[in-house]
Formats: sequence, C-alpha cells, structure tokens
Amino acid sequence: MPAPDPSASLEEQIGQWRSYLRRRQAVHAVDIAELEDHLREQVAVLAGAGLAADEAFLVAVKRMGNLDALSREFAREHSERLWKQLVLMPAEADAEPSTVPRDALVAFCLAAAAAAAIKVPALFGLELDKDSGFYARNLGVLLLPLLTGYFAWKRRLGAGALGWLAAAFVVAAVFANVYPFAPRGSTGALTAVHLPIALWLAVGIAYAGTRWRQVEGRMDFIRFSGELLIYYALIALGGVVLMAFVANIFRAIRIDAGPFLGSWLAPCGAAGAVIVASWLVEAKQSVIENMAPVLTRLFTPLFAAVLLLFLGTLVWTGRGIDIERDVLIAFDLLLAMVIALLLYSASARDPVAPPGAFDFVQVALVLSALATDAVALSAIAARISGFGFTPNRVAALGENVILLVNLAWSAVLYVRFLRGRGSFTSLERWQTGYLPVYGAWAAIIVILFPPLFGYR
Amino acid sequence: MGINKDLTAASSTPLVLAILAEGDSYGYAILQRVRELSGGSMEWTDGMLYPVLHRLERLGHVESRWKNVENGRRRKYYRITRRGREQLAEDRRQWQAVDATLRNIWGALSVALPGWSADQGPAQAERA
Repeated sequence: MPAPDPSASLEEQIGQWRSYLRRRQAVHAVDIAELEDHLREQVAVLAGAGLAADEAFLVAVKRMGNLDALSREFAREHSERLWKQLVLMPAEADAEPSTVPRDALVAFCLAAAAAAAIKVPALFGLELDKDSGFYARNLGVLLLPLLTGYFAWKRRLGAGALGWLAAAFVVAAVFANVYPFAPRGSTGALTAVHLPIALWLAVGIAYAGTRWRQVEGRMDFIRFSGELLIYYALIALGGVVLMAFVANIFRAIRIDAGPFLGSWLAPCGAAGAVIVASWLVEAKQSVIENMAPVLTRLFTPLFAAVLLLFLGTLVWTGRGIDIERDVLIAFDLLLAMVIALLLYSASARDPVAPPGAFDFVQVALVLSALATDAVALSAIAARISGFGFTPNRVAALGENVILLVNLAWSAVLYVRFLRGRGSFTSLERWQTGYLPVYGAWAAIIVILFPPLFGYR
Repeated sequence: MGINKDLTAASSTPLVLAILAEGDSYGYAILQRVRELSGGSMEWTDGMLYPVLHRLERLGHVESRWKNVENGRRRKYYRITRRGREQLAEDRRQWQAVDATLRNIWGALSVALPGWSADQGPAQAERA
C-alpha cells in the first residue's frame, strides 16, 4: 500500500480544524484565516526542526490552546457577535459567497412582484375598497404562487411537482371566481378564509420539496409557518409605524397621504412582506433561536389555567352555553390554538427526552380543551333542531370535528407517552400526517359549499 | 517558572504595544518575540493573543491590514497608532511605578522566603 501523501493529510487535518472552528459563532471567518496562518507557520517551523507533519500539527494545535476557551475569549471581545448573527450580506467572504446575495436578490424580486401582483386587478378596474370581496377571495391566488415559486426555485423542484402545483393554483383561481357569489354572502366569505388554508398546503409541498412525505419535512414546514407568522407580525408592526409617520409628516404640509397609504403603501407592503418574511425565516433558521416554541412555553401554562378556570366556573355557576350566536367558531379557534401550542412545543422538543413537568401541563391543557369543546358540542346536540344549518355553522362544525379528532387522539398518544408505553415520535407522526386533512376540508368548503348553499 | 493568569493578562497589553512599537508585526512573530524577551518564562496560549490584538484594534491602539505573503497566503499585520503610543507611554509609567514599589519592598525584605536566596535570586532547584 502506498504511504499517504503527508502534505495532503496535513491539509485535511487543517481543514477539519478549520471546520471545527467555523461552528463557533463568536469566531468569524477572517479570524479563522488569521489563526490558520498562525497554525501553518507554527507547523512549518516545527517541521523545519525535524518533526513529522502530523506531529507538528498536533503540537501546533495544542499550542493554539483549547478552542472552547479561545472562542469564549473571542466572544468576550466581540460580544456583539452573539447578538447580531443574522448577516444579510455575508461579510465573511469564504463561506459560499454567491449563495446568499443571489437568494436575497430572488426574494426581493419576488417581493416586488408580489407588491405588483396585488395591484394587477386594479388594471382591470377592480378597486380595493369597492371590490373587497374579489380581493379577499383572490388574496391567496395572487400571492402564494410567488411564495411557492420562491421555494420551488430554492429546492429545485422537478417539472412534475411544478406542474401539479401550477395546476393547484389554476384550480384555486377558477373556484375563487367562477361561482356567482351573492354580495356579502357567507359562502364567499368562507372561500376567502379557506382558500388560503388549502393553498398553504401547496406552499408546504414546495417548502418541504422531496421531504414532504417525511415527518421531518412536514415538521420543518410547521416550524417555518410559526416563525413566518411572528416575523410577519413584527414587520407589520414596523409598517404601521412607518405609515403613521408618513400620514403625520404629510399632514404637516397639508397633504392628505391617506389615499396613497390606503391603496398603495399598505396593500403593496403587506403583499411584499409575505415574501420578505419568508426569506428572513429561511435566512435565519440556523442562527437565531426559534421564537414560536418560546412563546409556546410561556403560554401553555396560562392557557391551561384559563381553561381550567372556565370549566370550574361553568360547573360552579351551572350556566349553559349560548348557542344562538356563532359560538362554535370561538371553540374552533380555541382548539386550533391548543393544537398550535401542542405542535410548537413538540417542534422544539427533543423526541427522545423522557417526560417532564411541562408534558403534564401540556396534557392538562389538551384534556381541558377537550372537555370545554365537549360541553359546547353537547349544548349544540341538545338543541340540534334549533341549530339552523347555515354555511358558516356547517363549516365550523366540520372544523370542530376535525380538530376534536386530532386533539382526542393526540391526548391518547400523549398519555401513552407519559406512561412510558409509547414514543413521542408517534405524536409527531400523527400531527404531521394530519396536515392534509385541514387542506382537504378547506378545499371541500371552497369547492362544494357555494353550490350546496346556493351561493348565499 | 510559569507566570500566573492575572499577571499575564495585565502585562499583555503593554507588551504587545511595545513589540509593535518596534515595528509592524503579525501574530506568530509577536509571540516569538514575547518568548525571546521573557526567556521562555512567559508562555501564552497562542490563540489567546488574537482576542488581545482585536481588543487593541477596537480601542484604536493598533490598526490592521491583510498583506499577501509567499505562496499565495494572506497574513494580517498590525501597526501601532498614535493613540497606541500614548497608551504605551501611560502603561509604561504605571508599570514602572509598580516595579519601583516592588523593588523597594524586595530590597527591604529581610525574612527568608521558601525556595529563594536573598542574593542569587531563585534557588537552583526551583530554576531547573
């Protein structure tokens, strides 16, 4: 066997050392270059003194010192690096220099396209304030293809997948617009609410790419959705502040900026922000702690406490639930909230960790939500004749059943896990496997409800 | 004989500044010079020099630039600034005051210290 080329193995060792250092966020690429120069000189001097290359490398690395201690020193000197980790345009040149700017460029072009897309219907005489029904129904159709396109580009989706996704958006556009919706009718409003939910599944398929069939791929999409919501809310907050300033400073020179804000800045900004927020979530996913699980940790005990208080009050006062109004929607939102809390704490949980105190809080939350919903459903069942099957109520009832089934089986899986009879991954598998059900019900509402209920 | 961490940390700034006052230099050469000057008694962990240099750069006492050196490698050179020289002068005053104070007490000290003979410095066993 030929002896390995000593210089090649030295390069390999230095490469390993470099990649090990690169994982430290306080040590930037320029620092690594500086330290590497030092290391190489030390190796050369030691080799010149008669050491073999690998021995020289070992001694040089040892002299460099413990890398943990070293990166702690760097962190102390460059404490800002522990904060500002999201570099939009990387200053550290050698870490794949071309990818991030190109990614940013594509994202910003798509954001501009989204901002333009929201104004396209105006070319055909559709005004935001007069044709709000049209805009509400078509919001998903206008914006989500661009977001899907961004991920299709990023994940290099094949032609087959692209074709299916494009077909889904065409079908969505058709069903958003062919039905003769009654003005201010509830089927039109239901379409406006549910079409984006169904289309969000298409975004997920593009996001996860080839991993859509795997639990991990879908879990990543769930994580992405949560972070996107938080980033979007933050950007929206900034947008509101910006608009308030625009309105105020133009008022100072007696110009009413209202029309510009209402028909340009607000809609275009809101549309573009969807893409920008998505790109930000993608860019920061590995450098900044996810926020959704943190909020989940904070609010799970609070929600559990509130629900238990509600149940206690219900029993104590003996009040019934007033089903005359559309209370079911409130209970749907409650169940969806509990599932979201469950999902996002699961998304950040180490699946092999043993059950802890937080898991018991989680189970208490799920069980109290189930009990609350059972009370509401039994109140409706008791007076089913007076229920009145309006489109809104049927949609809400369907959603309630879907969420209830999800939560009930989640409770069973969770209790099994707590008693050591099941693994946490089975809960994850159940949750991620359930995603298409939401999309399917949303699609049913969009496609079947308008004709079933006479477009009212 | 090792020098304890606190002393090493406290003396590193004037030492690095003084070496750079002799002329522009880079990390490895600075460490070599420290070894030379201390006769090997000041053993720094090599990597630890760099956070010190970066701190001095942030404070404006030194400035750095990358230079191309042989076989395509790049090396970061440091140069002392005017503010660095002022700092060095100030450090020197302070250290000389400390040094003078210690010398006075060493001279006045008549009790015997373990491992130390009054006129020859450290005992032979300790030096080996």
